[in-house]
Amino acid sequence: MSTTARIERHLYDVVVIGAGGAGLRAAIEARLAGKRTAIISKSLFGKAHTVMAEGGAAAAMGNVNSKDNWMVHFRDTMRGGKFLNNFRMAELHAKEAPERIWELETYGALFDRTKDGKISQRNFGGHEYPRLAHVGDRTGLELIRTLQQKIVSLQQEDFAETGSYESRIRVFSETTITELLLDGDRVAGAFGYYRESGEFLLLEAPAVILATGGVGRSYKVTSNSWEYTGDGHALALRAGATLINMEFLQFHPTGMVWPPSVKGILVTESVRGDGGVLRNSEGKRFMFDYVPDVFRKQYADTEEEADRWYTDPDNNRRPPELLPRDEVARAINSEVKAGRGTKAGGVLLDVSTRMPAETIIKRLPSMHHQFKELADVDITKEPMEVGPTCHYVMGGVEVEPDTAAAMGTVQGLFAAGEVSGGMHGSNRLGGNSLSDLLVFGKRAGEHAAAYGETLSKRPKVSTKDLEAAVTTALAPLQRQSGENPYGLQQDLQAVMGDLVGIIRREGELTDALKRIQELKLRVANVGATGGRRYNPGWHLALDLRNMMIVSECTAKAALEREESRGGHTREDFPAMSPQWRLVNLVCSLDDGGDVHLERKPLPTMRDELIQLFDRTELSKYLTEDEMSRFDANAESTEAK
Amino acid sequence: MGTKRHFRVWRGDESGGDIQDYDVEVNEGEVVLDIIHRLQATQTPDLACRWNCKAGKCGSCSVEINGKPRLGCMTRMSTFEEDETVTITPLRTFPVIRDLVTDVSFNYEKARETPAFAPPPGVAPGEYRMQQVDVERSQEFRKCIECFLCQNTCHVVRDHEENKEAFSGPRYFIRAAELDMHPLDDRDDRKQYAQANQGLGFCNITKCCTEVCPEHIKITDNAIIPMKERVVDKRYDPLVWLGRKIFRRDELEQEVPTPAGAAAPFSSARRAELPDIREDGKMNVTEITLDTQGGPSPFGDQEFPMPADRLSYHKPEPQD
Repeated sequence: MSTTARIERHLYDVVVIGAGGAGLRAAIEARLAGKRTAIISKSLFGKAHTVMAEGGAAAAMGNVNSKDNWMVHFRDTMRGGKFLNNFRMAELHAKEAPERIWELETYGALFDRTKDGKISQRNFGGHEYPRLAHVGDRTGLELIRTLQQKIVSLQQEDFAETGSYESRIRVFSETTITELLLDGDRVAGAFGYYRESGEFLLLEAPAVILATGGVGRSYKVTSNSWEYTGDGHALALRAGATLINMEFLQFHPTGMVWPPSVKGILVTESVRGDGGVLRNSEGKRFMFDYVPDVFRKQYADTEEEADRWYTDPDNNRRPPELLPRDEVARAINSEVKAGRGTKAGGVLLDVSTRMPAETIIKRLPSMHHQFKELADVDITKEPMEVGPTCHYVMGGVEVEPDTAAAMGTVQGLFAAGEVSGGMHGSNRLGGNSLSDLLVFGKRAGEHAAAYGETLSKRPKVSTKDLEAAVTTALAPLQRQSGENPYGLQQDLQAVMGDLVGIIRREGELTDALKRIQELKLRVANVGATGGRRYNPGWHLALDLRNMMIVSECTAKAALEREESRGGHTREDFPAMSPQWRLVNLVCSLDDGGDVHLERKPLPTMRDELIQLFDRTELSKYLTEDEMSRFDANAESTEAK
Repeated sequence: MGTKRHFRVWRGDESGGDIQDYDVEVNEGEVVLDIIHRLQATQTPDLACRWNCKAGKCGSCSVEINGKPRLGCMTRMSTFEEDETVTITPLRTFPVIRDLVTDVSFNYEKARETPAFAPPPGVAPGEYRMQQVDVERSQEFRKCIECFLCQNTCHVVRDHEENKEAFSGPRYFIRAAELDMHPLDDRDDRKQYAQANQGLGFCNITKCCTEVCPEHIKITDNAIIPMKERVVDKRYDPLVWLGRKIFRRDELEQEVPTPAGAAAPFSSARRAELPDIREDGKMNVTEITLDTQGGPSPFGDQEFPMPADRLSYHKPEPQD
């Protein structure tokens, strides 16, 4: 057919979709294994969301505290994820992170240093020892730039040898993949378009690595960029792979919701620690109404007592603004739902009336600077408008831990970074994402390269599939009078933000699923005006399809999991249940393109790993059966 | 709520286009990128514009706002008068793809030509030892978010397509400087490379790049000038310069003879006063330690940018 005959074709050994940290690290590894490698970047090269990571990369190098080692890091990671993590991924991650960080120095990275010239490591929530390698507050930028420059350096080597920079590794910038093409169950290629020209391209390759990041754009308030539309999650599902843990999303209770210029930017929790108070639109300091009974003894019940605490913590109880973050989030959520929120759907976080301007500037210099510069909001003069903000998705493609190969029916598909699931369990520790993408990016690259060698012949893309992919991609442009994609995206964001947000209830989740089905029909009829050249409306129309599937997975899994754990809080099931810890919720697509959800047992931790934990700690998470097995093992080990 | 404000946005592609007028709602606390997004959502769904992080960290949304190179996400609407028309145009130095999106591949090509970090031989991963004070100098340049505003504003290539081949631009001068100052980089020819292959000599230090840098990197003071000055001794030594002019190239291969009593050549390439040289033979690279802004410049004691009529600018000939 003429439509497919004109499509630009490329042959590669490995195609990496995504040019953030995981994608670039994977590509480096595939190229080092001698494979012809393509990197697909949805934005320009070097702009990926990895640049946003501020804290650092966690790796037990022991530079600051020599007591740190992989076992401590492993323990912290499992604890953070409430023991739902894939233990093998957490183990590999903790063991290999230091090597991956040191390697970056040989690529030219310049981390902050300790006095004796080693890589400095900083403290971070949930990490027992100072562990985060960092560069000021721009560690993500350093990481992406370093990997980007390593790729350039490999291209220079190739140039010296072959006369072409792109002979072994090529970056397709501003290119979006809309479909993976299969030969039976095997990956045969990836189909997509150049944003710039709107022209299509087909990359034929036996191995594809997904490194597309997260799903935050499905939420009204998010710290994620436009690229985070769950492309990799959806591509994997459509290719026959499975997703796990999709109910677990990391929300921050206080992200800015207004003005739009800072929407999604996180307001550090120390603002509350330093005296910031939360008020609703009626001016009421509402946190006093939300102190759960178990906390009554520690938290003040009058404003007077709460205010005295800041100067005299020994004789007064803590202000309720300092309750754990899920309690704060729940309270904000309730106020907004009761109609006492601001117009933008938030509440007011005020420090301006609480302390003198000089004190605020001294205690919160970067906050003050950030809001002044980005939004002309002066936090010394006016309150901030805040609400729960979507930050990171723990769930993702279910992978084989050692190889990063996707599970399910598909072969030749790999996933690394935020798009993969399991590593972080139900909650990710700060700093673990940067090291995650290095560790599993490398593994994905290595194993994708090795997989190709096991094949006796290259899988072939069928013309029929290619034609179908072209038709799907062009469809929105052919419906010039179809629905506006921006409006549809806003509606989806509202559904997800309001009903599948930080605090969930059965009724709302059921409602959300119903609305998602309605939205699906509307998305099937989305239109895009204009032509194919750099047309963001068209691009969004195509991304919406992915956002819909992923949102459905999240809503379904959230409805199914009747407990609260890490990044999944059910108001109707507030406790963590040891029985539910044994269950992974796995999403796949059925033949009709609908999300199918099933329960699968969580892999059981090896004995020597589980024995790294203290019995009392384990008893909070494990079932009685598991505990008696643990005791039996402990005894037999002692007996030896 | 918001007020209607007047915007003018360039629409078109490589075959041409023009400025179009829009009236858009503007709310308190918004930035120019918010307005572009509102335009997309309400009036022009196909308006092309790059953006990613919306927090000044990725350097994607570079445009020209009222003629000034800016990041859309870092330009607050409150910096304009209530009734001021805001005109948004694409970066002028690069070819337009569509609307506000330009083809910035020039930069990626220059990046590819700049020799990469050369790891020190024999130092195993994990064994790298550097002092904070030493890495900080390079770290300043690694703050670069590659928004390419410096490349866009640099008059050597802005409206001078013909210079693009020989000139890498400020972004890649700071890359060269970064590697030059990297405590463990194994190459020692970074500045010579910048001079010979990146067109460092084209730069006549008007500091426009520093002025537009959203990361406030002191591109000129801390990267370009120190590099120029470290090649200055050879390259711009007046006698060597004269020698280059009066001898044939084959004669230059040898030691350059010193003609007696040669007059100083063009003034703009010469410092009025030499900057302080530290004990280690290097110069201070930060202008904080100098008594005047723009002190360590070949123009001597000057305020920057210099008024155009006081510049004696000689367009350099392409380097051999």
